[in-house]
Amino acid sequence: MSKRIDVSDLDVYYGDFLAVEGVTMAIEPRQATALIGPSGCGKSTFLRTLNRMHEVIPGARVTGKALMDGQDLYGSDVDPVSVRRQIGMVFQRPNPFPTMSIADNVLAGAKLNNRRMSKGDAQDLVEQSLRGANLWNEVKERLERPGSSLSGGQQQRLCIARAIAVRPQVLLMDEPCSALDPISTLAIEDLIAELKSDYTIVIVTHNMQQAARVSDKTAFFNIAGTGKPGKLIEMDDTATMFSSPREQATEDYISGRFG
Amino acid sequence: MALTTTPRRSGTSPDGEHVDAAAAVRTAPTGRLGSKVFAGFSTGAGILILVTLAAVALFLVLRAWPALTASSEELNGISWFQGDSVAEYVGPLIFGTLLAALLALLMAVPVSVGIALFISHYAPRRLAQGLGYLIDLLAAIPSVVYGLWGALWLLPVVSPFFQWLSGTLGFIPLFSDYQAPARNIMSAGIVLAVMILPIITAVSREVFLQTPRLHEEASLALGATRWEMVRQAVLPFGRSGVISASMLGLGRALGETMAVLMIISPGLLYSFHVLQPGQHQTIAANIAAKFPEASGLSVSALIATGLALFVITFAVNFAARWVIARRAEFSGAN
Repeated sequence: MSKRIDVSDLDVYYGDFLAVEGVTMAIEPRQATALIGPSGCGKSTFLRTLNRMHEVIPGARVTGKALMDGQDLYGSDVDPVSVRRQIGMVFQRPNPFPTMSIADNVLAGAKLNNRRMSKGDAQDLVEQSLRGANLWNEVKERLERPGSSLSGGQQQRLCIARAIAVRPQVLLMDEPCSALDPISTLAIEDLIAELKSDYTIVIVTHNMQQAARVSDKTAFFNIAGTGKPGKLIEMDDTATMFSSPREQATEDYISGRFG
Repeated sequence: MALTTTPRRSGTSPDGEHVDAAAAVRTAPTGRLGSKVFAGFSTGAGILILVTLAAVALFLVLRAWPALTASSEELNGISWFQGDSVAEYVGPLIFGTLLAALLALLMAVPVSVGIALFISHYAPRRLAQGLGYLIDLLAAIPSVVYGLWGALWLLPVVSPFFQWLSGTLGFIPLFSDYQAPARNIMSAGIVLAVMILPIITAVSREVFLQTPRLHEEASLALGATRWEMVRQAVLPFGRSGVISASMLGLGRALGETMAVLMIISPGLLYSFHVLQPGQHQTIAANIAAKFPEASGLSVSALIATGLALFVITFAVNFAARWVIARRAEFSGAN
């Protein structure tokens, strides 16, 4: 249930503006890969290219290659919709559908693929996904309540449950804890540690301790100045990155000298 | 309703704040005065609405009273009066009013929602803007012009279609026995639908545009196609807005006078034969038709039908609010 992604020479544009330039990176399956770097360096933009959410913005486009287990995600015959069904995403701010109950939120993606789910299957999937997101015990009594009745941390775990209910190959997380308190953050980090045994996880984070805690590999992005494109500076095992990075810029950023 | 919340704002004074004394003296009075004036003004405006409403209601009740209490003989002295009481007379009119408005809503709402979605989520930006202007222009056409257009142009155009409808689906009583010209309630409904289309479209479009990007992206990231995204994120979010928009349209359709007057061939029946002339009449068109010749008790009788329209419009609005409030928890407003 998890695949690798190989990106080579990926340039990301907003209209004519080159936002991220020349990214080449290998994302290993069953590992958590953290993307770190200062604001505006293009790490979130890069993340969104991996499930083709980038092109949702008018004028946005991508050149270069992104392969998932050898299959080109940007091939001319590839439907972005099918890419997104295989590569799930969790956003910065929790975004459960406010008009749906907790159970319906979990089933939202699954129902797109499989309209005619029996009631029993649906219940099983809800329980399984909510357990997978460590939320089951907190919400099992109130599955019919609106998703927006939960706390921020619970909503974010509900979003994770919704994402894993489609059984994706890869899970992308765009600063999933930045809107959460420390306790909720801890819950999500524990969850990431569990999820990576089943999924390939790519997480964008501003919090370097978080990157150090949850990831196996870390990639550092940087930007030369305003209006310049963001670039991948280096990528290595997280332990190596945080102890002896090869690049000076990485060390400066990690040790808090800028960013 | 804004009445209960607005005046409270004036209660806050800068007295408790530890600011530079001189500065406080300089700024506080004007600020406080401005706040008082504004609070007074907005409270006044709120009260004015209630007073106007009460005045209209009072006028209707007082002037309708003679007809409401008149005996059956007195009422039947009016040349056009049918039935033994005002209630008996107004019944078919209420029926006709609701039927015409309902037909208009049935046609207008799906089209409006479609146009609104096209403008907000499908059309390229420039086309969307142009289309938006055109729709708004529809709202600027006076209703008497719609009446002319309906009576002179629309009737002959829809006539063959009605003929066909009556021929093929005539076994359903609803569509049976069409007679040309198409001066029936269906034609009136079509014209009303065109008239309420702009308001429903404009309000729905605004609501759809306000769908949080977060929810649209949540849906897309789950692998939704654009239509699935619309169904999953946009329509549920816009649901209460579309209902409000429909109620605005319904309000206009219920009270519309000229267009109906110019198109429909009136009748006072409880009839579902929407393609037959001489079956229905609406309250507003009936008042307009009868008022020039009316005097004394007949004016009271007409005002009594107006009172009925007033009550219906109120009921419709309350029903709409109830529908919206029932699922407020799931509205996304929290």
